[in-house]
Amino acid sequence: MAVLSDEQGMLRDMAAEWVRDRAPISAFRHVADAGGAYDPALYAEIAGMGWAGVLVPEAHGGANFGVLGLGLVLEELGRTLVASPLLSTAAIGASALRLGGSARQQAAWLPRIASGEVTVALAIDERGRHDPAHIGTRASRDGDGWRLDGIKAPVIDGGAADLLIVAATIEGGEATLFLVAPDAKGVTRMAYCRIDGRDAAQVRFDGVAVDGEALLAGGAGLIDRVLDHGRAALAAEMLGSATQAFETTNDYLKTRVQFGQLIGSFQALQHRAVAMLAELVMTRSAVEAALAAIDADAPDQAALVSLAKALAGDTFRLCAREMVQMHGGIGMTEEHDAGLYYKRAAAADAFLGNSAFHRERYARLGGY
Amino acid sequence: MGDDAALEAFRADAREWLAENFPPPLAHKNPVPYQNDAPYAEADPDWQLWRTRMAERRWGAPGWPEIYGGAALDAPRVRILAEEMRAIGAFNPMKMTGYTMLGPTLLEFGTEEQRAQHLPGIARGTVRWCQGFSEPGAGSDLASLSTRCIDAGDHWLVEGQKVWTSGANHADWCFALVRTDTTAKQRGISFLLIDMRSEGVVTRPITLISGSTHFCEMFLNAVRVPKGNLVGRVNEGWGIAKRLLQFERDSLSEGRGEGASLLPLARSRVGTDGVGRIADGDLRSRLVAHAMRAHAYNLTMTRLAAEAKAGSAIDALVPVVKTLGSDVAQARADLAMEIYGDRGLGWTGADYAPDELDVSHQWLHARAFSIYGGSYEIQNNIAAKRTLGLPDPASAR
Ligand SMILES: Cc1cc2nc3c(=O)[nH]c(=O)nc-3n(C[C@H](O)[C@H](O)[C@H](O)COP(=O)(O)OP(=O)(O)OC[C@H]3O[C@@H](n4cnc5c(N)ncnc54)[C@H](O)[C@@H]3O)c2cc1C
Repeated sequence: MAVLSDEQGMLRDMAAEWVRDRAPISAFRHVADAGGAYDPALYAEIAGMGWAGVLVPEAHGGANFGVLGLGLVLEELGRTLVASPLLSTAAIGASALRLGGSARQQAAWLPRIASGEVTVALAIDERGRHDPAHIGTRASRDGDGWRLDGIKAPVIDGGAADLLIVAATIEGGEATLFLVAPDAKGVTRMAYCRIDGRDAAQVRFDGVAVDGEALLAGGAGLIDRVLDHGRAALAAEMLGSATQAFETTNDYLKTRVQFGQLIGSFQALQHRAVAMLAELVMTRSAVEAALAAIDADAPDQAALVSLAKALAGDTFRLCAREMVQMHGGIGMTEEHDAGLYYKRAAAADAFLGNSAFHRERYARLGGY
Repeated sequence: MGDDAALEAFRADAREWLAENFPPPLAHKNPVPYQNDAPYAEADPDWQLWRTRMAERRWGAPGWPEIYGGAALDAPRVRILAEEMRAIGAFNPMKMTGYTMLGPTLLEFGTEEQRAQHLPGIARGTVRWCQGFSEPGAGSDLASLSTRCIDAGDHWLVEGQKVWTSGANHADWCFALVRTDTTAKQRGISFLLIDMRSEGVVTRPITLISGSTHFCEMFLNAVRVPKGNLVGRVNEGWGIAKRLLQFERDSLSEGRGEGASLLPLARSRVGTDGVGRIADGDLRSRLVAHAMRAHAYNLTMTRLAAEAKAGSAIDALVPVVKTLGSDVAQARADLAMEIYGDRGLGWTGADYAPDELDVSHQWLHARAFSIYGGSYEIQNNIAAKRTLGLPDPASAR
């Protein structure tokens, strides 16, 4: 664990306590069994704790506490797979408005993000691919405003979001972000039912008219920075999930008896347990460095974010896979939590660029 | 604040002193041969000059008390000094077995006489030590060692054989584990300091796969050792040895993720494609994956140092870090070899440039990283037990 300030330590402890009391993994099962993507009452509590406003400036009702702070919270929430639009809203939505919003846009949205009144989703991927350098959705001039055409899929947290931030390529120009109300004419949402039970949707934009005020300033550079806020925060959440998958498994190695001994005494399992620990140690270092680099606006932040997201993807998948394997038959059952981590690992890896995407990005940034 | 300013002032002093005193021909040279091969080191006037200057500045053992030849620097200053040396490709000439392993052990367990006798020579880099632990029948299972040490009244009498003893043929002294009680395993071991010039000590170099004679067989034939050379109490050497092995592991994890990037080498030797990427796509993927792991490893070293400084206990992670470090360094050696292709297969001769010969020999030597200092498997056993709290395997119970 990083060397934290007192405030950061308190924030983390508060999140850990809340997760224990209010959002154990049974809460996630409850939402999933009820067919929902998340529990609005639980999200109201999350916002009530101030976490939706961690990145929001104080003038707009937030804490202005930095993405490291948000990462600490998300890591704790990741432990029990808390399903909520916090990452999309507080990491991606808030940073998009903070970095690219006009004074009016900020005043209109940031206070409502901080209070939990609105949730946000970033509509960027198309045809199931994360490829921010090639955005097919088009924005054409239409008087003072714009018309958007294209299909976004998947839009994570897009089924229920109150505000969509849509990446579209301007005719003869670069990709840019637009604020779009999901109930605007020409927007069609179709919810997906995915293995991790979280909110994801296909969103169609058929000649959707938005006014000039809808555009966020900053173009492709803004998209990159906003994505990196989301990726680093997601890597922190994945670190929490992977750590929990590992700890639950390590506990099982100390309880299950076969051949008259605890299965944790078998060297084949011991060494694989240590291998997981080693990956978790490295992933934690990368995640903390990425979050800190964003807060410091360091020149190597993009490479560190890709390092963190790639490691988090590989490590979470490893720990979830081993969680199923080392639990044996029970690990294959719906009743056991192992499957929940296993499914979430795949979905989280795919979100905002999977490990392969980030290895390639790291390679290009480094000149390989 | 005042503290930070003082540290920065120290950094500036250190930088200036190093710029004036570090002999440029030594920059970025591989320090390992200087550490293990006395004739090689002593034949190099630059190295000798560097050792003398560092000894006079007392920066070879910067954290040790002044009476033992150190400069009594606190941990942050020791770290700053190391950083400044790294920045100019300098290495600490005193960083040999005596400094990394025995020094901290004597500071913790030695008597005043033992410290006064041995530490200054280590701090000045004039006395070379070797580690006499492993035996033909006692490697990973070190505590099964059988070199006998008998109380002969006014001295100890030692009889037995050690093996894989690095640098024994050039060492002045040896710290050894010996058996003082045959009825107990761990509780029958003592920690003894043996003068290599004693009668009955015979060393025979063993050639490694890399062609170097890095280590030796060492025979101890009725060697007489003064009573005062036993560290700690009789039969209590195992606890001391375990502590020493921690110091060894710590020192082995240092620098594993370092070394110049392989990227320029790959670009020039393998070539690039039309859009400037390394031409061999498969090699490129593996190079990137390695660079990322080395990056994460270095971030881990930085993070753990910061956490240790803030008072967190990080000892539990030492075995994990050791295996990660040897893994990263071995992967690097494999990739460097692959980049050199046919030029990386040279053994000796003027056909090959020095860097080409270095690559094949480093590649060969790198296999040792996961064997010495406790093998990869043994580190995993330790981490499973100590760090993860997993039960002992049934057979070892
Ligand atoms: C370059 C080099 C320098 C060295 N320098 C020194 C030195 O200066 N002083 C000194 O005292 N020693 C030194 N050594 C010796 C080193 O410490 C030993 O080689 C090491 O401890 C392994 O012991 P061994 O060689 O007997 O192998 P073994 O213990 O016989 O091991 C053989 C294989 O079995 C595995 N194994 C053993 N036990 C277990 C277990 N419980 N579970 C799973 N796998 C196991 C090992 O990991 C290894 O893969 C050096 C070795 C090398 C290579």
